[in-house]
Amino acid sequence: MAGSFASATRLVAEREVKSFLRMKGTWIGLGVILVLLFAGAILPTVFAGGPDKVAVVGQDAARVLTGTGLEVREVGSVAAAEDLVRSEEVEAAIVPDTTGDSASGVRVVALDDQPTSVVAALATAPPVDLLEQSAVSKDERQIVIQVFAVVFLMFAMGGAAIAQGTVAEKQTRIVEILVSTIPVRAMLAGKIIGHAVLTLGQMLVIAIAAPIALSIGKHTDLLSIVAPALGWFVPFMALGFVLLAAIWAVAGSLVSRQEDLGSSMGLVMILVLGPYFAVSFFADNATVLTVLSFVPFSAAVAMPVRLFAGEAQLWEPLVALGVLAVTVVLIVLLASRVYSGSLLQTGGKVKLTRAWAASSTP
Amino acid sequence: MVKVTTISRSFGDHQVLDRVSFDVRPGRMTGFLGANGSGKTTTMRIILGVLAPHGGSVTWRGEPVTQSVRQRFGYMPEERGLYPKMKVGEQVVWLGQLHGLSLDEARANTARLLEQLELADRAGDKLEALSLGNQQRVQVAAALVHDPDVLILDEPFSGLDPIAVDTVLAVLRERASAGVPVLFSSHQLAVVERLCDDLVIISGGAIAASGAREELRAKHGAARFELVVDSDAGWLRDHPGVRIVDLDGPRAVFDLAEANGSRTDQQVLAAALSRGGVRSFAPVVPSLYEIFKEVI
Repeated sequence: MAGSFASATRLVAEREVKSFLRMKGTWIGLGVILVLLFAGAILPTVFAGGPDKVAVVGQDAARVLTGTGLEVREVGSVAAAEDLVRSEEVEAAIVPDTTGDSASGVRVVALDDQPTSVVAALATAPPVDLLEQSAVSKDERQIVIQVFAVVFLMFAMGGAAIAQGTVAEKQTRIVEILVSTIPVRAMLAGKIIGHAVLTLGQMLVIAIAAPIALSIGKHTDLLSIVAPALGWFVPFMALGFVLLAAIWAVAGSLVSRQEDLGSSMGLVMILVLGPYFAVSFFADNATVLTVLSFVPFSAAVAMPVRLFAGEAQLWEPLVALGVLAVTVVLIVLLASRVYSGSLLQTGGKVKLTRAWAASSTP
Repeated sequence: MVKVTTISRSFGDHQVLDRVSFDVRPGRMTGFLGANGSGKTTTMRIILGVLAPHGGSVTWRGEPVTQSVRQRFGYMPEERGLYPKMKVGEQVVWLGQLHGLSLDEARANTARLLEQLELADRAGDKLEALSLGNQQRVQVAAALVHDPDVLILDEPFSGLDPIAVDTVLAVLRERASAGVPVLFSSHQLAVVERLCDDLVIISGGAIAASGAREELRAKHGAARFELVVDSDAGWLRDHPGVRIVDLDGPRAVFDLAEANGSRTDQQVLAAALSRGGVRSFAPVVPSLYEIFKEVI
């Protein structure tokens, strides 16, 4: 029957989406995320900390600052002021101008980012010197890493529903009817596609809500920071999701009851959380980040971050995508074999080797 | 016709099926009998491709059973299962589509089947809200929704009350008379006795007997008769070739030693008539239970 694989896949995917949308948990989960998003965007503005701290050197600087409301720390020399900037104890330093091109007679020294709030507080905008020149500021980079890592984490955890659905089918025994009716690979494909659509849908809701939350919290600049890296993030994300989804499905197929799911989900959790923490912790370590950007499980976060920071050559994401794509093909092939081998085995937990051996394609 | 030819299967060192062969003929209800653990479910799973045989083959209309052929089979597994949280009607429609029906066909068939199975008013309920007996009927609907070419049912009547058995039976009979081969297993011999046209008896993973029910009866039944006379039938004890099974005043049940003797039974009748009135004289047809006990 021509196209029966495709239509079976579509039917499985449709059912996954429908039943997922009917679960209360789905909506509660999404609601919690939205609440956190709005809270995260708005609360810091509401409870904003005290005034920005600046270091000042000399009389001119002190004069410029009168009435600005900035917290002032007077130091004796320009070098001492720069040290405070480097150690990030102050936002910026205001030092006497020695070049003569400043109308107010002072210059502003900052680390690697325009100290917008400090400059705005001054009556006239003095020239700004940055101590460290880099295409992307550390703050911006940190934000991009966090945004990508959290989005990836959400996608990856969304795959856990595949594991739960698979166990549910084993536990309710409907799996025997399914296996006798449609190819096991169509079941696997349908589940992955269905959940990819679901997760994308949730992302879309968040993508619409995020600008609203950010503009309420007056953080619109964040969006323009993240946007340029998104183009690369999408293909890495999509492949990364398929990779993890196939592994989630195997985790589900290895056990027979929901209660036993924890034991087989452990390894997948490591594969999901590991990259998240690795990229967060080693964000400043270029070597580790380079390695992570080629490892299939962490590439989805690490490579877009490196691209964003301008640290990667054009060939690098292409190679990383290639490695990821090959891994996806291999893992999906392995997964569908283990999945079909373990699907009908009930009782305790199925060993991977046994599932592999039991699989035979009639 | 579904033809099962010398299929074998073992799990580890344990051989569950040993060169099992039988036919499931179109338009007939074939009862599949066997004790627990005799290999019924394994055989059915192999026919459905859920398990692979370690040798042998299953064919339908002379062709090997492939995925697309199997999609037109209807299967009711021994371990029942449907999605508990899905609505009854929606679930049966979905399974119909999965078996290759269009949405409209699946909807029409579902409506008709739920009506026949007296479940029409439960179509909008979640499966888990139904009683176990009604869930079982839904399971029947799930196996039949796509007007299958072949029906394989593992213990379709277990868990059903007598009325439900009749309802389900009527639906199955209708399919069989439309020319569909129906194979069903059961351990309730009385039910099988009433329903099946053909019988396959499996024991210890091997076929012990198979064929039309009446043929099997003729073949395996002893030449047993029941005689009721006006007076005491005690004289039968001394009649040559008669072995009394049960004697109670005027009523006697006995086997005739020579199974080939239509003449012998007529001699017994003549002897009885010479002693007085005969109220009843008839061969006793062996029950399935007796055949079953004899062959396994």
